[in-house]
Amino acid sequence: MTAATIDLSGTTPTPFSRLVRVELRKSYDTRAGFWLLGAIGVLVLLAEIIAVWVTAVQDEPMEFGDFIGTAAFLTSFLLPVLGIMVMTTEWTQRTAMVTFALEPRRSLVIVAKMLVGVLLTLATVAFSIAVGFVANVVYGLLQGHTDWTFGWPDFAAFLITQVLAMLGGFALAALFLNTAAAIVVFFAYKWLLPGLFFLGSTLMDWFADIAPWIDFQSAQTAIWDWSSSGEDWAQLVVSGILWLGLPLGFGLWRVLRAEVK
Amino acid sequence: MITVERLTRKYGAFTAVDDISFVCQPGRVTGFLGPNGAGKTTTMRVMVGLTPATAGSVTIGGHHYHDIPNPGRHVGVLLDASAQHGGRTGREVLELGALSMGLPKTRVDEMLEMVSLTQAEAKRRIRNYSLGMKQRLGIAHALLGDPSVLILDEPANGLDPAGIRWMRGLLKGYAERGGTVLLSSHLLHEVEQIADEMILIGNGRIVAQGDKKSLLANAATGGVHSFATSLDNEALAAALTAKGVTVTSAGDGLRVDAETVEVGRTALEAGVVLTDLRNGEGGLEDLFLELTAETQRETVA
Repeated sequence: MTAATIDLSGTTPTPFSRLVRVELRKSYDTRAGFWLLGAIGVLVLLAEIIAVWVTAVQDEPMEFGDFIGTAAFLTSFLLPVLGIMVMTTEWTQRTAMVTFALEPRRSLVIVAKMLVGVLLTLATVAFSIAVGFVANVVYGLLQGHTDWTFGWPDFAAFLITQVLAMLGGFALAALFLNTAAAIVVFFAYKWLLPGLFFLGSTLMDWFADIAPWIDFQSAQTAIWDWSSSGEDWAQLVVSGILWLGLPLGFGLWRVLRAEVK
Repeated sequence: MITVERLTRKYGAFTAVDDISFVCQPGRVTGFLGPNGAGKTTTMRVMVGLTPATAGSVTIGGHHYHDIPNPGRHVGVLLDASAQHGGRTGREVLELGALSMGLPKTRVDEMLEMVSLTQAEAKRRIRNYSLGMKQRLGIAHALLGDPSVLILDEPANGLDPAGIRWMRGLLKGYAERGGTVLLSSHLLHEVEQIADEMILIGNGRIVAQGDKKSLLANAATGGVHSFATSLDNEALAAALTAKGVTVTSAGDGLRVDAETVEVGRTALEAGVVLTDLRNGEGGLEDLFLELTAETQRETVA
């Protein structure tokens, strides 16, 4: 220990899997993180209970896919918040100082965080499908008939759109590094923008031409429809670069260069 | 060993750290002393790669921080004890650290014991911690990976006197086993008690460095004085005045503008019994204030 030079030969770099485990644990080891995950679970459960109850009482036909759709609608709001929290708490709580002192390869930490967001999204999807399954069984018991229509394409579309929703929040969080700003901008994007796109397209012809290329939310219907049009997929990619790629890229660039306060 | 070479960090037109160089040796506690805003924290942040340097470089044990794999195993860092998630428990913070450094969980209990945080305290959330407890936790976190270099920014801040004494013992022991310690403070007496070596910084520049003795020796000779009390103050004063030394009376004794060794020798020659002889209080403090005077917010009257 007295040597002026530190011998590094015995130390291996922190493996990426360990970074992911650390980041995963950070996502639920605080009250805020724990309750966000808990709230997602509870809300999905409540929504399905209400869905079963209402449809059974009103004698509406429901299929497995409808129950999944109920959950998907809800989680598409909650998962972006999760994506935001995974990223911003390091800055709002100033723990980034400790994190980046322990792992100076900052980009790896950010990628680990993104992967944690994806893992939690997968868990949410699995949970939603399990709850949807139970809901459909209960509906069947109440109504005497069940419809299990929910194919692999739907499943894949559900998975992909939920991951994209989470990444949308994550990208904005990387850009702003501030929970409140990221949430406000995300919900403006989610709620205000579709209306503006519609208005713009109605009023201006030229805007109607470019709108599909910048409207990431509408472009995602291509995933649900498994569209055979190449243009639909091109629009998804272009609008995706605009809403995910750019903020994420710029945010990452900033995080890698910025002073960590 | 920490080597800082010609380090400069600018923020626009403001120069926080201005071309500084120094070395922290293994086996010694180096105190980094300066008024608030002198550039201590910026320097330490550059050391661990959280702030990029404008010019110059820092190496730790011959390596740039960024090139050290799993750096927590080699360099213990505490930059801001309050920079922790308030909703996490103390134990959880250490467990996360142990997990990311690849250490066994038993290490967490060892560290908690070392910094005297009880199991009950470790289960509490950090937002309910006092600053002193946060400092203890931060020191535990820095020592977790059994590093050979410690970089601590204001670690004594918020500790009670018993806590400061504890930390002094801890860091001295750590240095005696060959570790390198750099700790910063804006309080002279803290550093004076703990550090073997001192680096005084003001306005982003190093104004003096060395151990306490050499710092005092280098100080302006006019500043050196001692206090002496004897059984015959008049005779002692006369003997000193005969040597051309200025003597003034101070309380029960004399204030002599000479080093203690000179006063002792004169007393021996004059056959006067000394009952008390000591260095002028605040010698280092005067030096510190003098050296950093331009950067002080309050000027010393």
